[in-house]
Formats: sequence, C-alpha cells, structure tokens
Amino acid sequence: MQSLVARSVRTQSLRAVSARTFVSSAARWQAVPTEKPVLQKEFKIYRWNPDEPAKKPTLQSYTIDLNQTGPMILDALIKIKNDIDPTLTFRRSCREGICGSCAMNIDGQNTLACLCRIDRTPKDTKIYPLPHMYIVKDLVPDLTLFYKQYKSIQPYLQNDNPPAEGEFLQTQDDRKKLDGLYECILCACCSTSCPSYWWNQDEYLGPATLMQAYRWIADSRDSYGAQRKEKLQNELSLYRCHTIFNCSRTCPKGLNPAEAIAKIKLELAAE
Amino acid sequence: MSTRAVGLGPALRKAALSPRIARTPANVRSLLLKRSIQTESIQAADSAGILNKQRLARPSSPHFTIYQPQLTWIGSIANRVTGSALSVLLYGFSLAYLVAPGTFDSTHVIEFVGSMPDAVKYAGKAILAAPFAFHSWNGLRHLSWDMGKLLTVKAAYSSGYAVLGATAISTVALVFM
Repeated sequence: MQSLVARSVRTQSLRAVSARTFVSSAARWQAVPTEKPVLQKEFKIYRWNPDEPAKKPTLQSYTIDLNQTGPMILDALIKIKNDIDPTLTFRRSCREGICGSCAMNIDGQNTLACLCRIDRTPKDTKIYPLPHMYIVKDLVPDLTLFYKQYKSIQPYLQNDNPPAEGEFLQTQDDRKKLDGLYECILCACCSTSCPSYWWNQDEYLGPATLMQAYRWIADSRDSYGAQRKEKLQNELSLYRCHTIFNCSRTCPKGLNPAEAIAKIKLELAAE
Repeated sequence: MSTRAVGLGPALRKAALSPRIARTPANVRSLLLKRSIQTESIQAADSAGILNKQRLARPSSPHFTIYQPQLTWIGSIANRVTGSALSVLLYGFSLAYLVAPGTFDSTHVIEFVGSMPDAVKYAGKAILAAPFAFHSWNGLRHLSWDMGKLLTVKAAYSSGYAVLGATAISTVALVFM
C-alpha cells in the first residue's frame, strides 16, 4: 500500500516536471542560435598558370574559416574556389575516394583530397600537385604517360581457349588471389610517391601499373601469364623497384603495390 | 549542327518559354544578337600544335624537397649512400695500393693510425662502423623482402626500426672493439 502511494506521488511529480518543460518563457523565444567560433586556417597551395608560362610556380596562401567548411581537404579547396579565387584549378569528381581524380600531395604525403581530413591545428597546410609530374595547371598533373604505361601492360583478360559455353569459371581460392589488387582506382598516388619513378618514369612502369600487371598474371582465367612476364624481363620495367615501400605507405585505398611487385620478382626468379 | 553545339540553347529556350509577345521572329532575332561572346574555331591539326607548345612550357612539380621524410624512402637513400661510400672506400684503397704499394701497405696504415690521438681514432672508427653496420643489417632486410617476407607496411616499419637499433648497438660494439 505504501509503495502504491509512493508510486502515485512519483508520477505526479514527473508529470509536473514534464509539464514545466513545455512552458515557453520569454527568454526561450528570444534565444539566438549559438554561432560557432571562427577557426582560421591557412592553406598554401601550389599555383602555376599555363597562360603565363614564364612565371615560376609559386605557393599562394588562402585563409578560410574551418567552422564554415566541410571536414575534408577537398571541401576546403572547393570553398576557396567558390568564395575566394575561382581561378584555382584542381581535378575532383566523386568526393568519396572511388574516382581517384583529386590525388595530390597534402602536407608532404600523396593522398586523395576527398579522403584526407583537414588538420585542425593552427599550423598551415601545404598542398602540392603529385610530385615529379608535368603540370597542366595548378594542382592538375599531366597523366598521359601514366595511362600509356597502364595501357602497355594490356590490362584485360587474354585467353585463346575460352570455355565452350558460359563464362570463365574460377575456384574461390583463385578469386581470393585478386583481392587487394583489383580495388586499385589508378589515382597515381603510389607511382608519384616512388623515388625510382621520379628518376626513371620514362622507362620504369611504377607501382600502380606493376600491381595491375600482377593482377592479370595472378588471374587463373588469363592464359598470357608467360608473355606478360616476358615483357617485364628487363632491367628497367620492373627491376627499378628497390622495395622502398613509399607506394604501400601512401596508398589511399590501403593496397600494397610493393608486395605485388615483390611477388612478380619472385615469379620471374623462379622461371 | 545542333543548337547546343553553337551555344544557342539558352537563348532559344528563353524565347520559347517567354510570353507570346516575345516569341515573334523579330524578338527572337534580337535575343540571338544579344549573344556577345566571340568564339574562334581551330582545326584539329592546330590543336595538337597548341598542346605540344604548352607541353614544352610545363614545369615539373617538386618532389623530394616537399615529400614528407619517412623511414621508407630515407632508409632506402641511406642504404644507397652507405653502399656507394663503402664501395668507393674499398675500390679506392685497392687502387691506391696498386698505384703506390709503398705508402698504402698494412705496416704504413697501422703506423699512421697509431700516431693519431685517441679522439680521432674513435671518430674514424665510428665513421667507418656506422655505414658498414647499417648497410649490412639493411641488406638482410632486403634479402627477406626478396624471399617474399616482411611485405607489409607494418613489417617494413618494424624491421626498419630493428635495423636502426641493431646499427646503433653494433656501431658502439665495433667502435670499442
């Protein structure tokens, strides 16, 4: 009986409290939304304009309020382009790390601007294009050679004996060999982080292309493995890799080109 | 040629959507005349020339001066530098011995080193021991990579730090030997 009374008292007091929360006071009506404090951050961005080719490339400084900007470097770049300087040029498309367009060097590391969080410390952030590439404008590098190299490894299934009907079949274990290889989006972060590629990109294929070469060598459905390996059997195409590991360290997709190249070397050595 | 190709799309759309008065031919013509942007057409062959001219002027983006110093590539450069230095020393000394066997034989070298003060002896030993130790230990790391081991970023880093530690210990050991 006592507990019953106690419960009814409690519900009454609860009702009183909840009723009070709906009372609107004058102060509540006049409340202004709290504004976020201004958080200024300086971005130093590499600029070069092809219309004035005699002018040396420079670092241009932009300061924006991080509390009025999205969380990623790409958001900051878009804000700068929209609000401060429409001539700032960079590639971007998907803003979610699947197209590979916004690859650039941010604070000394190659990564995708859309996957790279803005460092919210007061230190300035330096943004350069991918290292040791010819520059079309500002943060846009010329990737013609990179794509030509990719084309040169014939990145497609080659098999002279297709199955009589239906598709190529593959065991689950054989399919697993392609995991960690096929996810590459060809953003060129790894190749342009590789010192060997800096010095020898005219002949060395670079980690991105070599990992794709291994992707087709490792594919059980492809019957041109021997020819593919034969093409790499020279001093420069493959063996300029000195297992530096910059490629795997910088890959924004978390892939491991260094391992793929080491596996090609092992297969070539075993022949 | 479609309206889109010549850039008349917006003008025509504006004319079509505007009230009937504006849709008389004269008004449409005046809308067309308002288009003030001049375009210059070039032949396909010329565009290649313009591209090639621009390609000649393109700068190369900065590389090792702006790339973050990381154990990966700094370690690799150190391996290259120590290897070259040790080779230069080996071949240089051998050639010097061939050229002037009288001055570079063991007796003279021992006498020369013996006449040095202790500080120079230890400093010289450290300068020789550190690159030798680093290059040897890092060589083992490279051999393991070539055998298909330690091929993850984590393993590359931990083995890198192990090499640095082993280098420090063996340098001290060689100096006081």
